[in-house]
Amino acid sequence: MSDREPPSKPPSEAPAETPTEPTASVPSAEEEAAKKAEAAAKAKAAAEAKAVAVAKKAAIEAAKPPWERDAVTPTWEEAGEDPLAVAMATKFGEAILSARSYAGDLTLEVELGSIAKVAAEFKARHGFTFLVDLCGADYPDREKRFDVVYQLHSFTSGRRIRLRVTTDEETPVPTVCEVWKAANWCEREVYDMYGVRFEGHPDMTRILLWEGFNGHPLRKDFPVEGIDTGAAIYPEYYEDEAGPITGTGTGWMQPKPPVEADEEAGE
Amino acid sequence: MPGLLQWLDEFAGPTLFEFAVSPTLKILALLFLFVLPLISYIVLAERKILGYIQARVGPNRVGPWGLLQPIADVVKLLLKEDVIPVRAVRWAFVLAPCLVVAPAFVIFSVIPFGPPSTGEGAPNWFITDVNTGLLLVIALATIGVYGLIIGGWASNNKFSLMGGLRSAAQMISYEVPQGFSVVVPILLAGTLSLVGIVQAQEGHQLFGLLPRWFVFHPTGIFAFFVYMVAGIAESNRNPFDLPEAETELVAGFHTEYSGMRFALFFLGEYANMIVVSAIAVTLFFGGWLPPFDFLGMAFLPMGLGGVLWFVTKLFAFLFVYIWFRGTFPRYRFDQLMDLGWKWLIPMALILVVLTALLKLLFPS
Amino acid sequence: MSDAIRSANDTVANNTVAHDDSVFGAEEMELNFGPQHPSTHGVLRLKLKVDGERIVDCYPIIGYLHRGTEKLFELNPFFQNVPHTDRMDYVAAATNNLAYVGAVEKLIGLTVPPRASYIRVLLCELQRISSHLLWLATHAIDIGAMTPFFYCFRERELVLDLFEQYCGARLTLNCMRPGGQPFDLPHGWVDTCREFLELFPAKIDEYENLLTNNRIWKKRTIGIGVLSPEVAVEYGITGPMLRASGIDFDLRKAMPYEIYDQVDFEVPLAENGDTYDRYLVRMEEMRQATRILEQCLDQLPEGALMAKKARVLKAPKGGEVYHGIEGPKGEIGFYIVGDGKPIPHRCHVRAPSFINLQSLPELVSNHMIADLVAIIGTTDIVLGEVDR
Repeated sequence: MSDREPPSKPPSEAPAETPTEPTASVPSAEEEAAKKAEAAAKAKAAAEAKAVAVAKKAAIEAAKPPWERDAVTPTWEEAGEDPLAVAMATKFGEAILSARSYAGDLTLEVELGSIAKVAAEFKARHGFTFLVDLCGADYPDREKRFDVVYQLHSFTSGRRIRLRVTTDEETPVPTVCEVWKAANWCEREVYDMYGVRFEGHPDMTRILLWEGFNGHPLRKDFPVEGIDTGAAIYPEYYEDEAGPITGTGTGWMQPKPPVEADEEAGE
Repeated sequence: MPGLLQWLDEFAGPTLFEFAVSPTLKILALLFLFVLPLISYIVLAERKILGYIQARVGPNRVGPWGLLQPIADVVKLLLKEDVIPVRAVRWAFVLAPCLVVAPAFVIFSVIPFGPPSTGEGAPNWFITDVNTGLLLVIALATIGVYGLIIGGWASNNKFSLMGGLRSAAQMISYEVPQGFSVVVPILLAGTLSLVGIVQAQEGHQLFGLLPRWFVFHPTGIFAFFVYMVAGIAESNRNPFDLPEAETELVAGFHTEYSGMRFALFFLGEYANMIVVSAIAVTLFFGGWLPPFDFLGMAFLPMGLGGVLWFVTKLFAFLFVYIWFRGTFPRYRFDQLMDLGWKWLIPMALILVVLTALLKLLFPS
Repeated sequence: MSDAIRSANDTVANNTVAHDDSVFGAEEMELNFGPQHPSTHGVLRLKLKVDGERIVDCYPIIGYLHRGTEKLFELNPFFQNVPHTDRMDYVAAATNNLAYVGAVEKLIGLTVPPRASYIRVLLCELQRISSHLLWLATHAIDIGAMTPFFYCFRERELVLDLFEQYCGARLTLNCMRPGGQPFDLPHGWVDTCREFLELFPAKIDEYENLLTNNRIWKKRTIGIGVLSPEVAVEYGITGPMLRASGIDFDLRKAMPYEIYDQVDFEVPLAENGDTYDRYLVRMEEMRQATRILEQCLDQLPEGALMAKKARVLKAPKGGEVYHGIEGPKGEIGFYIVGDGKPIPHRCHVRAPSFINLQSLPELVSNHMIADLVAIIGTTDIVLGEVDR
């Protein structure tokens, strides 16, 4: 634990003694050529030395127990040959946009419209009877900014996979409530937090926040310190500037300017 | 008018004292010298005993071993704000606790705490010996349920209402087996007077090995069981404490009550507990009679030995109440009704018939 | 399923209530159960439609304890999110910690040294015991048995003392870090833990003496809130609730994490999926947790506590993982998306209480109010986790 390298770099790229070369600043022709040759030789020697050092280091690394080695950060790998991905791709063709895996988790990206069908297929044919989790994610710099992520588990094969659909602020996602009842509250939560609507959901209402809350708090553009939802909570009971006030970071006891209620609202 | 005055002058003078003033004074003395301190210390005892059952200490801060705790409790309850919910029905809300507590206290007037006067300046250890004493007890105990229903309804709270309904159903269902089960000792003793019933239990059976208490009678023991179960249900105690099941109905019928009004319900419950135990002692455990004559403590003056025996038995019952509370989970409402209607009532009926047959076949 | 604790045969006759409305023109009443109700275990609110005492309809309303934890996760570096996980299921902080740090380790690719792994399992199994004790205490008092409450708290205190010795906190432990354990077991901890383990099985027997064969307890729990295996899977239910329905799914066995593949334990199962079975399963889980703890103490290796890692953990941009572990209430999992920064782009919690609570309307339908209380108790929810 003596050296503090960033763990994201693979070990071979991160020798501590990487030579830095601040030379080659004098403009002169033959000197330059000589320098070049010299530099080339030097570079070669350095590279050799480096290779030796790397090999040595690798040997030392290999001798170490795994927790003392540098972290090997997983990367995305294409997983098109995975039998499940193949089966799905042959069945649904275009609807399966990609099949990749990260840290051993297979992730299928599914076209928005066919997620319910794909989910039903997974449940019926491949034993994924168990919806582990369903959640949303927000990537504001994308055109279709929202992800809805499904984690499935199969009791028969003991395997887990992840499905993902991408949507924007307007397009509703077909619900998977009919496939797994567990999706009901999860989809409500995604709606509550991101404003992503689910088509065909039996009870598309907010779940954690109250009806009448402005905005969807897990969107990246929702301010962390909250917004003044004051009068919007119970408009029939409170006039403007009255009513409960959620924290706005500073000066929360002071009177507020009138609320522009629907500016933060997503839809 | 002159007639009335004349009647008063001639007749009511001493009689008024004998029949009205003297019993009232006696009842008040009994209440304030015996029942109320008893209740407050039973509460303390309950908390202490429950504490030891539950691996904790119980109240131990006010006075030595927490002995002054009841006083602190009373002061606290008296000083609390008396809240009457805005939408409650005021008169009924105020009336309800009185309806619970008053009948429970009146019953004490017929309970024989000790033997009747044996002359030599020894008092009667009861206020009055009515020859329909047991009937009076049952009749008065029935009134208490109105308090619970009215309190539950008047609070204008759904949980209170459900608590009131539960207690109404429960107490009405359990009064039936209770009523039937006390018929057995009545049949055995041949009298309704509580003193008479105790006196009928004098003597021994089985070559002097067992006292002739009705609990040792072949049907009496089952009658006692029915009486006790019904009695616990009547006094809304665990495992039949449904009307005030705090985890289901918040606090049942007394959800909205606070301060002294709550304390009255509380007093009523404990007074009921004492009444049920005292009647059980009287009917089945020979009242003030010692189990064997040599344990009678006859050396104590004024029949105090009998009183001591009565109180000992009473405390044993109260301990059982508290013990149940520390041990049992709570019945569900429909299971409680099942138990009452499907088991206790048929059992009590059979017992009455059996006892009558036994009495007919073996008159001695 | 052959080693089920209780076979389907010894079920007492169906315990639910049949009711005929045609005789009396009964009207339904709406009852607001909670959020300030003694037995909703926090701030759960149920909109009930009751017909007398029978529940016709139940609609849970949650969110009274919503603190925006998932938003907070997106603000803090990976290290600083650990305390936030404590506050979700506040009676089982260690398992929350483990689920979170496990997900971070998976995302970044850290390997935890074995000693740290053992300490984690020790803490988690102690946490399972303490969580189940709290569950038993409240469940029993919901059904009206007052005494087990105090007995359970007595033993839970010992567990909390062990936590306090380890990390200074009793509830919100904050006892794990991505990459390993922040500190070693203090001097004497192992002995104290062994003392506890010697004493604890007898205490479980004590609770069982009070409840398992108690007629009233059986009457109140057998046949109440029956969850068939199909419905349980359909609702995504995990943990003891699922296993009481007869489905052998325990992440400690199914997808072993940390060192669970090196200890020997059984996954208790039952068949009927009613409240009583869930009670039996949880009681047996406490015994198994004791077994695991004993083995962990025996096998506890020496060595490093923390993996080699950067001072500031950075997750790769776009990398995403889901990591679930078996918490006391079910599978608690974290879905984390990296951003190339020291803070996560998205961190979602799969909260077992949240998912298990969903089945409540199905479980309570046609039961009585008293059963509702028993069923809320048996689902073992913690509102801090439901609402996050």
